[in-house]
Order: sequence, then C-alpha cells, then structure tokens
Amino acid sequence: MSALFDLLIAPFADFGFMQRALFGSLMLSLGACPVGVFLMLRRLSLAGDAMAHAILPGAAAGFLIFGLDILPMTVGGLLAGAVVALGAGAVSRFTIQREDASMAAFYLISLALGVLLVSLRGSSVDLMHVLFGTVLALDNEALALIGGIVAVTLGCLALFWRALVAECLDPLFLRSVSRLGSPVHFVFLGLVVLNLVGGFQALGTLLSVGLMILPAAAARFWTSRVGSMCVVAVLIGFAACICGLLLSYHASLPSGPAIILSAGVVYLASILLGTRGIARARVAHRHRTA
Amino acid sequence: MTETCLAFHDLTLGYASRAAVHHLDGKVDKGSLTAVVGSNGSGKSTLLKGIAGVLKPMAGGINRAGYVRIAYLPQQSELDRSFPARVVDLVSLGLWPRRGLLGRHTAQDKQAVKEALQAVGLAGFETRALDTLSGGQLQRALFARVLVQDADLILLDEPFNAVDARTVSDLVLLIKRWHGEGRTILVVVHDLDMVRQNFPETLLLARRKVAWGDTAETLRPENLLRARRFHEAWEDDAPWCEPEEHDHVHLHDPAETGSERRAAE
Repeated sequence: MSALFDLLIAPFADFGFMQRALFGSLMLSLGACPVGVFLMLRRLSLAGDAMAHAILPGAAAGFLIFGLDILPMTVGGLLAGAVVALGAGAVSRFTIQREDASMAAFYLISLALGVLLVSLRGSSVDLMHVLFGTVLALDNEALALIGGIVAVTLGCLALFWRALVAECLDPLFLRSVSRLGSPVHFVFLGLVVLNLVGGFQALGTLLSVGLMILPAAAARFWTSRVGSMCVVAVLIGFAACICGLLLSYHASLPSGPAIILSAGVVYLASILLGTRGIARARVAHRHRTA
Repeated sequence: MTETCLAFHDLTLGYASRAAVHHLDGKVDKGSLTAVVGSNGSGKSTLLKGIAGVLKPMAGGINRAGYVRIAYLPQQSELDRSFPARVVDLVSLGLWPRRGLLGRHTAQDKQAVKEALQAVGLAGFETRALDTLSGGQLQRALFARVLVQDADLILLDEPFNAVDARTVSDLVLLIKRWHGEGRTILVVVHDLDMVRQNFPETLLLARRKVAWGDTAETLRPENLLRARRFHEAWEDDAPWCEPEEHDHVHLHDPAETGSERRAAE
C-alpha cells in the first residue's frame, strides 16, 4: 500500500512544483481537449499542428525583447497565431485556395521567422525551452493565465456549441439560416490559438498541440456523440497528464514529451480496444439482419 | 392577380468574377411550384444559393415580398456524413430559425421533430447515426428538417439524386403537399419526364434564362436545343461583360459555343 502511495500520490503530495504542474496540465486538458475534438471533426487536425508552429515567431519576439517572461511571450504568441489564423482563414474564405494550403503557407513563413528570431539571440537551450516547454516550472502567473484561457474556452464552447456543430455538419445550411457561419469559424480558430498559447509554457510550441489532438483522436474510438466525445477526450487528457508527470518524476524524463507520449499510448490502445476500434470490429462475427 | 414571392432584377451570381447566373430577370409567384432545369454548370445550384442568401449577387438583386422564411436544402454532397450525429440531431437543426443559437428546444419542438420523422417514413430512426443511413434515408431525414423549418419558401437542390424510385415518389408527394399548403417551392431537377408530370412551372437555365413559365411551353424542343448548345466550361478569353450589353445583343451568348462564335466572326 505504501509502495503504491509512493508511486502515485507522494510526488504530488510532497512537492509544490508537481502540484502546480498537475493543476496546470489538468486545466489545459479541460480547455484544449474539446477544442481538439472540433478540430478533428472539421478535418483540421494537421492545421492545429501548423498553428502550433505559427505561434513561434510571436513567442520568440517576446523572448527576444523581454527574456524568459511568460506574459510577453504569450501575448506575442497570441498575436502571431491570430495573424496566421485570420490570414489563412480569410484566404480560404475569399479566394479559391483551400484552408490546408493557405494554412501551410502561412505557418511555414511564420516558423522560419520564429527560428530566425530565436537564433538572433538565444542559445540552443533557449530554443529548446520555447520549442518544448517546462511543465515542472509553471509559476502562479502561468497558472492564472491557463485558468483564464480555460474559462474563456469553456464559455465560448457553451455559447457557440449549436453553431459549431451545425458548421461542421452542414455549413451551407447554417449559412442559409444564420450569419454566424464565418464569425463562429474565426472564434473557433481563436480558441485553437488561445489553447496552444496556453499550452506552450508547459509543453512548448511543438508539443502543446499534442494535448489537443491525441485525446480527441483517441476519444473518436470510444463514442459516437460529440458531447460525450469531448468528455472522454478530457478524461483521456487528465489520465495522460497524471501518467506523464509520474513517468517524468520517477524516470527523470522531460515532462512535456512524457505527457504527450502517454496520450499517444492511450490513442494506440484506443485504436485496438475502443468500442469502435479494430478489435471490436474483428470480434463481432454476429450481425443483425437489419 | 397573383402575389409575387421573389423578383429577380438583372441578377448576376458567380464565383471569382465568373458569372454562373447571368442577368436574370423574372418573378416567382407566391404558392408556385417551379422546377429549375438545365445542364451541369448552367447555374441552377448557384441560383438557389443566391436566393438562400448563401451567395451574394455580383450585380442586380433579389427582392423578397416582405419577410419570407426560407428553407434551403443543399445537395447531399455538402453534408459531412461522417460527423458523429444522430438523425434527430440533423432534423433538429431545422429548429434554428425558431430557437436560434441559444433558445431551448421545448417539448413542442421535440414533438415537431418526431412528427416530421414520421411524415417522411423514418419513425424509429431518431437515434440512428448518420453514417449508417442509406442515400434515400438521408434524403428523407433532410426533408424532415425542411418540414421542421415550416418555411414559406422552400429551395431543394437536386433532392432526387441517388434516391430509389419509392423514395422519389414519397418525396414528390411531400412536395405536392407543401404546394397544396400554399408554400412557394423551387426544385432543381434533372429528369425532364418527372418535371412534365409533377411541376406546373419550369425555369430552363443556361447560365441565363432560356425559357421560364408553363412547363409544357418551356420544355419545347427548340428551347431544349438552345439550352443543350450551352458550353459548359468557362472560357479563359471570355470578354468582360459591359453593363448595357445584355439589353441589346449579348456578345457572349451562353447558348453559343466559343468555336461557333469565332466561326461567326
């Protein structure tokens, strides 16, 4: 019993930095995982990855001017993400180009600019920090920021839920009954950027998208309703954060990759074992007549 | 005198400076049942998108008679069938004009959805996932959504595509019921025999109006021949349309192919 306590509870009970890491990453899951579900259902999973790269130059500019300070880096990231999201969204809405291509173009420009900015001043350690984050070094300021982002995200999702579902399912229908189609699209892209920026202090710009996409992709194998998919994704996110932090603590591994890899393991297991996964499809030899 | 539901004034609709519906004038009477016919690319779907307000006119405009509640059924291909939703979720979208973004769906609304599903022969399908429906069942569900919308003007874009004969006859009965209730209906249809049998009025489009009015009159062989000669593809070297042009001689008559025009020149 004591061994189990040492394994699972003690790291969080004994160390303040572990408590803050746990609290921060659980809050991140609460906001990012439902956003990831909609990102996946809109077939924009890879666009999430692109957006994660897109926030780099803003974060880098903040870092360049103010050093390793969470607020300027966050504001910079938000601005860069907003420019890329709005730019790519506008190009796809008002020209013949689809969003995947415009998003790729904008994020590549943004990524190159970001790497250039970091290399102007930083050492490779700085670059590693921006790219991979440090969840174990979350301070109160960072936690407050993540809390705010989660509150805005959940509020927006609750407010626009019906429109988000309609925009995914039948966008032309939504445009015929409401003018909310385009605004909702941009609000949603805003939420993606916000959550990626919220995650980058903890997980880095490269991996913050992992907590958004992997739990959502895994949840798809367990349920067939959007609402329950969001709940399952959040639970998977929680599990990944707890396992990842424990793994990081006990095996002295970097915490960001440990969390994302834990989510990856759940994803792979879900492909196999999910109620809508491979095993269930193979085992179900019996079938109904209609 | 019949009341007008919709009036088109020199209406031009299109995409990226290319006109798909060109200088259309005319009116749709209140309570009329009109088939919109023409070859692929003749502007039928574009016209419906324009009326539904999904596409803004490049020139001219559409006048509606006061407040008109519109129900628009896009082509099935616009719908994401893999989206994790149930039949009842899809049909409930029809409550949007009444309840909007935040309005609560009342017991009465839920009853309306249930009755609509019964009316299209999908009673008991409420909780079925969309990706398990056949093409015909999905089309029935979409008609149920139109029923729930309870609209004055109904726009149906190719509702009979990839649907079996029995479903087609059921859906036609439903359209006739709406017509009997005094609703105004425009339907994009490809099957001209069906149009002759079921639609009192027809608009024959070839990017612009070829003929419009009584179905038998509109579908006369010479009109169909004119429409058939319409060249489907956009031409890169098509001249720019001048405002006064269409009132006189139309230099780029869609019923005239590029090669014919060059030969004539």
